[in-house]
Amino acid sequence: MVTTKPRPDRKRQSNPVQKFLGKIPWTWVITFTYLAFLVILPIAAMIAKAAEEPFGKFWATATSPVALSSYEITFVTAFFAAAINGIFGTLIAWVIVRYDFWGKRFVDAVVDLPFALPTSVAGLTLATIYSDKGLLGSLVAPFGIKIAFSRIGVFVAMTFISLPFIVRTVQPVLTDLEKEIEEAAWSLGASGLQTFIKVILPPLTPSILTGVALGFSRAVGEYGSTVIIASNTPFKDLITPILIFQRLEQYDYVGATVIGVVMLGISFISLLAINLLQAWSRRYG
Amino acid sequence: MAKLDNSDSDYSQDSPAPIQSKAKKSFTPTILIAIAIFYLGLVILIPAANVFVEAFSRGFSPLINAFKREDLIDAIKLTASLAAIALPLNTIFGLSAAWAITRNNFRGKALLLSIIDLPFSISPVVAGLMIVLLYGRLGWFGSFLEANNIKVVFAFPAMLLATVFVSMPFIAREVIPILDEMGTEQEEAASTLGANDWQIFWKVVVPNIRWGLLYGLVLTNARAMGEFGAVSVVSGNIASKTQSLPLFVEEAYKNYDTEVAYSAAVLLALLAVVTLVLKEILERKTHNPNERE
Repeated sequence: MVTTKPRPDRKRQSNPVQKFLGKIPWTWVITFTYLAFLVILPIAAMIAKAAEEPFGKFWATATSPVALSSYEITFVTAFFAAAINGIFGTLIAWVIVRYDFWGKRFVDAVVDLPFALPTSVAGLTLATIYSDKGLLGSLVAPFGIKIAFSRIGVFVAMTFISLPFIVRTVQPVLTDLEKEIEEAAWSLGASGLQTFIKVILPPLTPSILTGVALGFSRAVGEYGSTVIIASNTPFKDLITPILIFQRLEQYDYVGATVIGVVMLGISFISLLAINLLQAWSRRYG
Repeated sequence: MAKLDNSDSDYSQDSPAPIQSKAKKSFTPTILIAIAIFYLGLVILIPAANVFVEAFSRGFSPLINAFKREDLIDAIKLTASLAAIALPLNTIFGLSAAWAITRNNFRGKALLLSIIDLPFSISPVVAGLMIVLLYGRLGWFGSFLEANNIKVVFAFPAMLLATVFVSMPFIAREVIPILDEMGTEQEEAASTLGANDWQIFWKVVVPNIRWGLLYGLVLTNARAMGEFGAVSVVSGNIASKTQSLPLFVEEAYKNYDTEVAYSAAVLLALLAVVTLVLKEILERKTHNPNERE
């Protein structure tokens, strides 16, 4: 901020560079200084730190068996959590937009709870009710199914935190959808299922996929709720964000950085995919 | 003419619930609503309600005892101070960024918007790691900070940086669409009448964006007070010093101090409920009038 202001003693010199800098509105100065310090610089520092490693070593750390297993657990579990929410989230959005029922506004508000509830609280309560003696965990425990402290627990936590993304992405698109086309399909003799698959689903698909991508990206990065509900055992239910944290705790900064850069790259790819999906859904609008 | 009116009113009576007009499908809505509520109950409502059940199941005395603990009081104070500093910072940034983006046409606008959104896509753990790498002992600023005896990592400043980072995009995201929709006519009119920038900001812009801004503030606050991952990485988690409320919850749980964990958790859950109620109120104030116009 200071550097962009021309010094008072030089103010009279009409140096073109200084003239240019003096013309930059202060809103720009704040925006760019803030983003530079908080976003760009930290990302650059991490990439630079990882680039210090020779490529062979970088690759070996990034693809070590523990890391590979953590990627598999993270991405496959997050995919299933986001996918199941893709189905039920769309259903919830549909019910909220199209039907009137008692308590609808409450249902609508509850959807946002995972946005508002701190993740450590979510982890705490999920770990309690899904433990062997918990409210829901005890129902499946007799069948030998363990939810808390297992990979299913990670799935439950990821499902919790990713649900609102799907509902809130599909809901506005569904609200804007014209009912006349559906009614036309009905009046022409299409069944409810045919109308849904051929008339309603196509314009909704981009928004459902966007929601799933947003939910997936959130689930992949999740730490607070998953660290509490999982046992964090390598090869069993250790996810990548927790692996990074463990590396840091062991003062293995290089290991943490390398895996962190992998995660960052995946964040960029998700962001790009989400932007493309959003551009696609706007074309329907 | 009378016939036309008649058919018109018939149609309008049918159209609010065309699904129910087909006798064959009359059960479908009920079944779908039941599935939706069951799923929401299982995934969100039961876990959330459980926080209150666990916290109050043994009466109020464990709660009262927990709130006598100094480490819990310190955690509450720390979380409140983090939010108290992060909120004004992110407000200034959010308003500046929203203004810069909506009141200028430039190339790379989409890129700038993506950069503002980045904190939402970066894992909180990675965010924390980046702060450690930048400000830690071996980081770019490490030697400078050490020479000047400024402790950032494993201390309050890094926790603040982490909090500001994760809660950064909310206000800009809420205000940008409002400024876009508002257009520049009112500002230009005020400017023609001789108002200066500050007058335009306070008398023209703020009244228009106030509900959206407040909504953004509510979301920023919820995230700032509730952040766990990023803060956890940079804090060192020392009780009474660098332990915020969400970290306290996890620590108590790990020490099998479940009662204390739930006493602290219920505070954060109350914060979430207040956030949702405010969100509901503000959403109606911001979005509904615009949608109907």
